[in-house]
Amino acid sequence: MLLDSILASNILVGAEGAAELSPFMLGLIVFVLACFVGYHVIWNVTPALHTPLMAVTNAISGIIIVGALLIVASETGKWVEILGFFGVLLASVNVFGGFVVTNRMLAMFKKQKR
Amino acid sequence: MISPDIFAFIYLVAGVLFTFGLKGLSNPESARNGNNAAMVGMALAIAATLFDPSVKGFGYIVAGMIAGGIVGTIIALKIQMKAMPQLVAAFHSLVGLAAVVVAIGTYLSHHNQGTVNKLLMTELFLESFIGAITFTGSVIAFGKLQELFRSAPVAFGGQHMLNLAMGVAAFVLGGVFVFQDNFPAFLVLTVISLVLGVTLIIPIGGADMPVVVSMLNSYSGWAAAATGFTLNNILLIITGALVGSSGAILSYIMCKAMNRSFISVILGGFGGTAEAADPAMTNARAKGVKEAAVEDAAFMMANASKVIIIPGYGMAVAQAQHAIKEMMEAMQSKGVTVKFAIHPVAGRMPGHMNVLLAEADVPYDVVFEMEEINNEFSTADVAFIIGANDVVNPDAKSVKTSPLYGMPILDAYKAKVVFVNKRSMRAGYSGVDNSLFYMDNTSLVFGDAKSVCEKLAASLHER
Repeated sequence: MLLDSILASNILVGAEGAAELSPFMLGLIVFVLACFVGYHVIWNVTPALHTPLMAVTNAISGIIIVGALLIVASETGKWVEILGFFGVLLASVNVFGGFVVTNRMLAMFKKQKR
Repeated sequence: MISPDIFAFIYLVAGVLFTFGLKGLSNPESARNGNNAAMVGMALAIAATLFDPSVKGFGYIVAGMIAGGIVGTIIALKIQMKAMPQLVAAFHSLVGLAAVVVAIGTYLSHHNQGTVNKLLMTELFLESFIGAITFTGSVIAFGKLQELFRSAPVAFGGQHMLNLAMGVAAFVLGGVFVFQDNFPAFLVLTVISLVLGVTLIIPIGGADMPVVVSMLNSYSGWAAAATGFTLNNILLIITGALVGSSGAILSYIMCKAMNRSFISVILGGFGGTAEAADPAMTNARAKGVKEAAVEDAAFMMANASKVIIIPGYGMAVAQAQHAIKEMMEAMQSKGVTVKFAIHPVAGRMPGHMNVLLAEADVPYDVVFEMEEINNEFSTADVAFIIGANDVVNPDAKSVKTSPLYGMPILDAYKAKVVFVNKRSMRAGYSGVDNSLFYMDNTSLVFGDAKSVCEKLAASLHER
């Protein structure tokens, strides 16, 4: 939806008449590059924090809430709105629960008092 | 009308902040700032989406967010650190279910607007397929970890063929859905994927649980990424890719730490089979296990210059981490250097032991990973093993016929004296006997981990 409008607004389209880049291709480019970023960032995570890592990935996967919001927003019928509501509900548990529990865990990691 | 570029830019900022959140975890000191950055990113992304003039239906949105936020926060504040693996599995399942819900909702909304196309339907099919497997797979993992049912592998004949058949059926129905715009086919393939999630995870159990949890972490990421494709939303794609690769890397690390291939873990059926009771005890005695009293162990520890403690899942079960911290302080007050050695697959999920020790206020700079500490065992006076078994089994190095052969272990057997706390002579999670117990420098201290550690701490204080 968002990328459609970006493309429609001609920002990523070259000279007039040039073939348009599909939103799928743009998504694929972002996806592949983000996988590489993830690969390099995650290998640097200290094994001691692998549990908080999982908890924080739980939290950020809650970003799927954006999808649920857009469904509710589409206002295309009662059923769609109810599905969107459930999506928002489920994702919110992850967002709040994930961040709070990560914060709780990280607060416990302390250095030795000397 | 606000330019879509502004939304894209905010999503980009949120994606960068998420990356900082993960990057912060390279060090405990930067980790909290990283987590805060990720929270800011999330708030920005949600706020930006809500500011989109096309977003209406705030009643549903606010109700969902408040209810979900309250439930999530309460759970996160109340959960015991011992139960983190279950909680993480439960969170994975919610992402999977949300992906399925969003997929159905996206289809219906596009259908009602008449904007369905083959590419979108292919993406929706994959989103629902991955999401459904993540959902039920994680529910099963949760049940096993919570011990709602036996964590032992459930295997039956033709299991892999059945899984393969269901996978093929899901893809055939996916094709029907895409090429004929057949919504019932989509629903049926979603149901098949839900069943597939169950049958894929039930044969995996026991010692492989850390891999299962990591693997489902990865799936939840891929489900989010697929959702991003269906909505053409770059932030979902970025986040999904980050989470997906995170889970994949953790699975790889776990497999490597067990010397198992990813495929053999997925096919399952390893571990959790042995249920040896008293006869094992008799055999062990016949083979010559030495038993030590708590006082003997305390004496050796008090007079040691370096003690290395190796915790395993048994410590979590007994909630012995606080008593261990008391022990540590008692030894430190006598000038003993105390270090902790953590095997990558100790516990039920990656990093589980570290969190439990941190919960008991054990400083993280005395806790070491396997590679960091393995060459220190030869200079340690005492190795104290509490609730760990397979990860210190020397057979993994020397006995080619052992199922554990090739698995990297903590070299506890190299310490001058080894004390092993166990409740009984039951074999480890793998069901494999441990030759460490029968070595000349090893003594066993029987009893519940927590009460043994409390007694040790008391006895150390008296000295």
